[in-house]
Amino acid sequence: MAIKVHGHPNSPPSRRVLLALSEKGLDYEFVPVDMSTGQHKKEPFISINPFGQVPGFEDGDLQLFESRAITRYIAYAYADKGTPLFDQDPKKVAIISVWLEVEALKFDVPGSKLSYEILIKPLLGMTTDEGAVEQAQGQLASVLDVYEARLSKSKYLGGDSFTLVDLHHVPIVNNMMKTKVKALFDARPHVSAWASDILARPAWAKVLAELA
Amino acid sequence: MAAPAPVKVYGPPLSTAVARVLATLLEKNVQFQLLPVNMAKGEHKKPEYLKIQPFGQVPAFEDESINLFESRAISKYVCDKYANQGNKGLFGTNPLEKASIDQWLEAEGQNFNPPSSVLVFQLAFAPRMKIKQDENMIKLNEAKLAKVLDVYERRLGESRYLAGDEFTLADLSHLPNSQYLVNGTNVAELFTSRKNVERWWDEISSRESWKEVVEMQRSPSPRNA
Repeated sequence: MAIKVHGHPNSPPSRRVLLALSEKGLDYEFVPVDMSTGQHKKEPFISINPFGQVPGFEDGDLQLFESRAITRYIAYAYADKGTPLFDQDPKKVAIISVWLEVEALKFDVPGSKLSYEILIKPLLGMTTDEGAVEQAQGQLASVLDVYEARLSKSKYLGGDSFTLVDLHHVPIVNNMMKTKVKALFDARPHVSAWASDILARPAWAKVLAELA
Repeated sequence: MAAPAPVKVYGPPLSTAVARVLATLLEKNVQFQLLPVNMAKGEHKKPEYLKIQPFGQVPAFEDESINLFESRAISKYVCDKYANQGNKGLFGTNPLEKASIDQWLEAEGQNFNPPSSVLVFQLAFAPRMKIKQDENMIKLNEAKLAKVLDVYERRLGESRYLAGDEFTLADLSHLPNSQYLVNGTNVAELFTSRKNVERWWDEISSRESWKEVVEMQRSPSPRNA
């Protein structure tokens, strides 16, 4: 199969890529990487991602890493398939770009931290660092305040339609809803409505069903 | 035909994120106006500024009727809008080139930027601001940055620049933080002790556009291009 995703079923960045493929209705092969035996730090995986992180991606001869570069490639290369995830208008593209950075550099930092501390650590037999959780919640709350203002003027973060911006948030928002952090979303009506909307997309249900 | 109005960039050139945008504008020969934001007086947290940058950070950017923030998004916009002038290959000329550049831009944002930003603050800014340095943070982030530079060392042995054989936005994005670290901190050695990384640093930092940004950082008053 031309498209392969090398990843871990629970990894939010791996899920980010699978969601983009699902929104586009594309076939792919999911190649599990066994992180418990350090497979991600060895050949052949390390040639695909020299940072030794999941996911890695192949489309024929093209190899990529960094989930957000992979999803961008999918959005451009398969622009005419499935859900449009970007836009043609340069000004709309610019606005989408802004909020893609916000997700990557502002939302993801506390979001990933919370996901790791609350959900992953217990699975690995480690103890949650409550101090880190509190700090990350504070950071996330500040970001969600900006989101609340943005979403009161714009139906989705990047503009009036669902785009790559909202898609990038889905895996971490999904995880947040399983924890006490849900309260931060519930307290902000526009953010809460947006979160419910993006999590209800059929493409996401399809990804979760396939990974189960 | 009238020349397009200069774009506006808000923020001090000493800011690494502002410097990123300035480097891009200079590479693309785009006329700009640099407008000061008095951060010492908290101007960036006031309502008028928050209208153009809701996170209260620099830079903010205006071009005709569009207002943007996030330096990497601004840089991409400049490359796309002014595709036919200046360095035309800066953001790639086809989807495959773009994919590779996007990949290394993400690597910069996700892997290089976090530890290097901490070190820039701790080693370059904290002393100037009379803030006590955090030795643990410095040690931790030096170790993280060393690991990232190991990956770069290997990559730059296969390829002249990060995304391929030409200088691109992916390399440019590394200039601001690296400038502080290589010139005047003791973590310069992380760069200079790695042969390929040192070669790459010498090449990218010698570009005319970057030398101009460094000049702007050294001069006391804002200057327009």
